[in-house]
Amino acid sequence: MDTFQFSRPTTVDQAVQLGAASSTAQQSAEVRFVAGGTTLIDLMKLNVERPRQIVDINVLPLDKIDTAPNGGLIIGALARNSDVAHNPTVQRVYPVLSQALLSGASPQLRNMATTAGNLLQRTRCVYFRDTAHACNKREPGTGCSAIDGQNRTLAILGTSRDCIATNPSDQNVALTALEATIQIQGKGGKRSIPIHEFYLLPGSAPNRETVLEPGDVIVSVTLPPPIAGTKSHYLKLRDRAAYEFALASAAVVLKLNGNKIEYARIALGGVGTRPWRSLEAERALKGNSVNVATFRRAAEEALKDARPASENGFKVELAKRCIVRALTMSTTA
Amino acid sequence: MAKVPVESQTAKDTEQQEKLAPENGQPLLGRVTRRSFLSHIGAAGIAASTPVFASVSPQASPAVEEVPAIDGVEGAVPVTLRINGKEHNLKLDPRTTLLDCLRENLNLPGTKKGCDHGQCGACTVHVNGRRVNSCLSFAVMHSMDEITTIEGIGQPDHLHPMQAAFIEHDGYQCGYCTSGQIMSAVALLKEPVGPTDEDVKQAMYGNICRCGAYPNIVAAVQSTRKQA
Repeated sequence: MDTFQFSRPTTVDQAVQLGAASSTAQQSAEVRFVAGGTTLIDLMKLNVERPRQIVDINVLPLDKIDTAPNGGLIIGALARNSDVAHNPTVQRVYPVLSQALLSGASPQLRNMATTAGNLLQRTRCVYFRDTAHACNKREPGTGCSAIDGQNRTLAILGTSRDCIATNPSDQNVALTALEATIQIQGKGGKRSIPIHEFYLLPGSAPNRETVLEPGDVIVSVTLPPPIAGTKSHYLKLRDRAAYEFALASAAVVLKLNGNKIEYARIALGGVGTRPWRSLEAERALKGNSVNVATFRRAAEEALKDARPASENGFKVELAKRCIVRALTMSTTA
Repeated sequence: MAKVPVESQTAKDTEQQEKLAPENGQPLLGRVTRRSFLSHIGAAGIAASTPVFASVSPQASPAVEEVPAIDGVEGAVPVTLRINGKEHNLKLDPRTTLLDCLRENLNLPGTKKGCDHGQCGACTVHVNGRRVNSCLSFAVMHSMDEITTIEGIGQPDHLHPMQAAFIEHDGYQCGYCTSGQIMSAVALLKEPVGPTDEDVKQAMYGNICRCGAYPNIVAAVQSTRKQA
């Protein structure tokens, strides 16, 4: 690990100033914020991340979880994953978020990891984490080792010729289905970005994963006011029963009117190069009857543009069944 | 080496018998442990041929020696760490993880390094009462935190109930994951966990045991929960 300067600002403005010195907020940033450290320090030990300055933001006053004036929920950027997962309001009003968080990582990691850190946990694969292998995300233009290598766990949606890595977060899938917005304070002031506009597709620049610019500090994540009567579920499918990334996952939020689907939000994990909002599935559900045939049609729509790699073709059918099962579980008491 | 007159014995038998003589079982050289001996001598070859220095039974750990951080190291960061109720003023290379600081700078080797990447849980400690993986945190990030390690959970003559339960239920084989398991389990006592064995497994899955002592670990945790 390369050595670094270490600083610990006490205000968000100070953090913004320190971060602004970096030439990028994406891969190869010279200045990195550290909160939980569970992704950053892991990558620094592998020399995948080599910041010259670490800015410890843990003492910034950003860890509260509060009801928003409009009845939604403001989750502080530094609220720990375990605190969010066990928060009574989250469990009662946005249970899909709690389910998603508790399905990920380990109790120890959830005690360290923060809301914003989870948003920024990196779209990645084993080759990204191994500097002995070519990786376009680490070094653009050097090639993708996964496309012709081991790719069983990697993406089938949103891929490019340059990168097929997945974003492995569960939290981000639930936040996508809940239509969260992300509040950022940066050099130019404050702004709010809907989560489905926050992540970039790899395209020909897989080193760029989000819209963040140098100096940007995520300060909170806001959930809209709950819609009364919604049903939701997070279903995570994987080889082991615990402590593993999803092969496919689905966060579904539905509102029914009698036997008809009035409102639907569908997001997928484990299969996309970013948390995958499926407008196609939502359109196929809205206005239709609640039954497995409807769910299956929606699943077919969600995966119609899937492009599997050499080892992950099974994910196409697995993801469809995951959607059907999640919808079934959400609508069955 | 004193010879013990037995008809046939292996080199290991000889070693065992010499460790136990004299008859009261006390170690021959007082409070020298394997660890302190090796850290002073260094060469593995010498250690292999002088078995008499191994202590027979665990002693209460000697007063914590701190390896002073190398003064004058460029970029060393001063930090005060509060570990098991005691304050330590250090100047550390900022790359030092909390795990390495505990083991290498503070002579608290009870916390183990398994994977060093937050995947096995062997390095579990408590920070402000919560279980965390100490390998994925820099020591200099913890200047205002209360840190508890396995050394702060109990003592050989006054075990924490969880430690006693691990012994009673044979919750370990090689012992390498054990301090992390115990730190995780003790923290679990204050977390919302359901009553069943399956719930305990779900709450403990961040601690891996290659020896497979899982059923006994679960039994130890459950028996401690029933006492609480």
